[in-house]
Amino acid sequence: MRSSAFFILSMLVLAAAPFIADNYVVRLCTFLCMYAALALSWNFIGGYAGYPSFATAGFFGLGAYAGALTQNLGLWLPLPWLFATVVVALFAAGLGFAILRMKGHYFAIGSISIVEILRLLASSWAQLTGGGDGLNVRILPGGPDYAGRVFLYSMMAVMIAAFITMLCVDRSRLGFGLRCIKQNEDAADMIGIDVTSYKTAAFTLSAMYCGTIGAIYASWVAYIDPSDAFSILLTLKVPVMTLLGGPGTVYGPILGAWVFVLLEEMIWAKFLEYNRAILGAVIVLLIFALPGGLLRMQWRRKWPSSVFGLPGLNRLKESR
Amino acid sequence: MQTTLQIAANGLMLGALYACIAVGFSLVWGVLNVINMLHGSFIVLGGYMAFFAWRDLGVHPLVSLAVIAGLLFLLGWGLQYGIINRVVMQPVLTTLTLTFGLDMIVYNFMTLAFTATPRRIVLDLGNIEFLGVVMPVDRIVAMVLALALTGLLFAVLRSSKLGRAIVAVRMDRDAAALMGIRVDRIYAITFGIGALMAGACGSLLAVVYPVTSSMTGLFLGKAFVVCVIGGLGSVPGALIGGLSLGFIESAAGHWLGPQDAMTIGFVLMILLLMTKPTGLLGKQGYE
Repeated sequence: MRSSAFFILSMLVLAAAPFIADNYVVRLCTFLCMYAALALSWNFIGGYAGYPSFATAGFFGLGAYAGALTQNLGLWLPLPWLFATVVVALFAAGLGFAILRMKGHYFAIGSISIVEILRLLASSWAQLTGGGDGLNVRILPGGPDYAGRVFLYSMMAVMIAAFITMLCVDRSRLGFGLRCIKQNEDAADMIGIDVTSYKTAAFTLSAMYCGTIGAIYASWVAYIDPSDAFSILLTLKVPVMTLLGGPGTVYGPILGAWVFVLLEEMIWAKFLEYNRAILGAVIVLLIFALPGGLLRMQWRRKWPSSVFGLPGLNRLKESR
Repeated sequence: MQTTLQIAANGLMLGALYACIAVGFSLVWGVLNVINMLHGSFIVLGGYMAFFAWRDLGVHPLVSLAVIAGLLFLLGWGLQYGIINRVVMQPVLTTLTLTFGLDMIVYNFMTLAFTATPRRIVLDLGNIEFLGVVMPVDRIVAMVLALALTGLLFAVLRSSKLGRAIVAVRMDRDAAALMGIRVDRIYAITFGIGALMAGACGSLLAVVYPVTSSMTGLFLGKAFVVCVIGGLGSVPGALIGGLSLGFIESAAGHWLGPQDAMTIGFVLMILLLMTKPTGLLGKQGYE
């Protein structure tokens, strides 16, 4: 109960941000929602199914380009975002059939290469995407205050949608099946879980909202280029956020993304020259000091399991 | 005909360098089961060190190569022994994220120390023309050395005591430990050898191409592709994979343009991963 109260409270604070704070804070809040939605998406494939997917930036960038290109046709704003979502979901479903047969290292390499291939295609297909020059997106009319609100609430809506999807998956057969796949895929197959469609479903879910977020991001910043949209750093940051919060939990990705973005904004954005090194050091520390994420730290013994809002997983862990 | 020969010669040159880029990466992946995201930075680090030794100290790159290889071995050995060995048994997500984190640290300090200006060692040894094919001599030297280094690694793995121990760990870690092999030390040495090959290859690359720190991802991508084409954890596999990629890129670069040549490499890799994930020469055991 306590964590859902925290969740609702923080949503209210985020929603109130445009009325009580300046545009900088609104922008930061938009980033909080954006990264939380991306981390939640990654949790489907990486946290529940245990597949080390590094394709996030591929889906994000594909969504950004799909949304930007349709938006430049002059469509009413949510339509390009919906279009991007559908395109990316279909792309991921098709891709899933191809690359989900690989496991472990091969899957990791395969998913990173998807980002690379898409980036190379976006830079070489200059007639459509503008190539390395990037692509200008129509700016939303109505001034910065209005635009700030629109994008904050849009990102928030996607985050909440991703969160609700995650809750549904967590409590359904799909979530149970994915946890079985994470523990032992062959055994899951033996006891009658349709491994291929479960994995494809998780992969598609993990891509879909990334596409929406990418499209909203493109409209928000009004300019995208291949190295920004298909950034290899993004593809790593998102899993790191989820690992920071606690993979395979419903609140972990949100918590991890928020802690990460706030740390980035408050601490290492001040050290421009050492930005990458500090991020690297954070990753190294995270792996040694917090292997299960913030939500699985030792102090969980003091607090009841309701803090995690995840009775299903705790039961599974106990029975092992 | 002449064009075809020129393309083949360029492919051979590229292929030898690709094989050298990939062989250390493949060794680490095969023996430690770790995807070493640091590999690209090791290569660029080797290239930068060779350049600055040549420009500021006047050391010929063929001389500094040995020193650089030794230094990179120490760096790799230390990283593995001190840091990566602690999580080496964990799933790929952990080890890959960790090496990526380490890569960001190395990359950051490398860029700060050397700046991101492209650097190239200009030896100016002239050209050789044979059957209408023109090849600069420095490229031929780099190619021959890359092949020689790869062959040396093959010989070490095949016939030295250390090499046999590495192969044994690759085949069965637990059995190797029971036979008295200190697996953690073998891991550290193997990672060191991977870094050594990367550093040596980087100094050869600096003779042929301008090297800059933003190329780390490019080299890493090549290592991925070569490993997957040739098959994991074998020197002949890396050689076959490297030469195949060299010829494919050289041909595709001529007929389609250099940008598409890279895309073709990656697409080929995905197709191979789907159909034959063991690669062309993939098998158990590292030889």
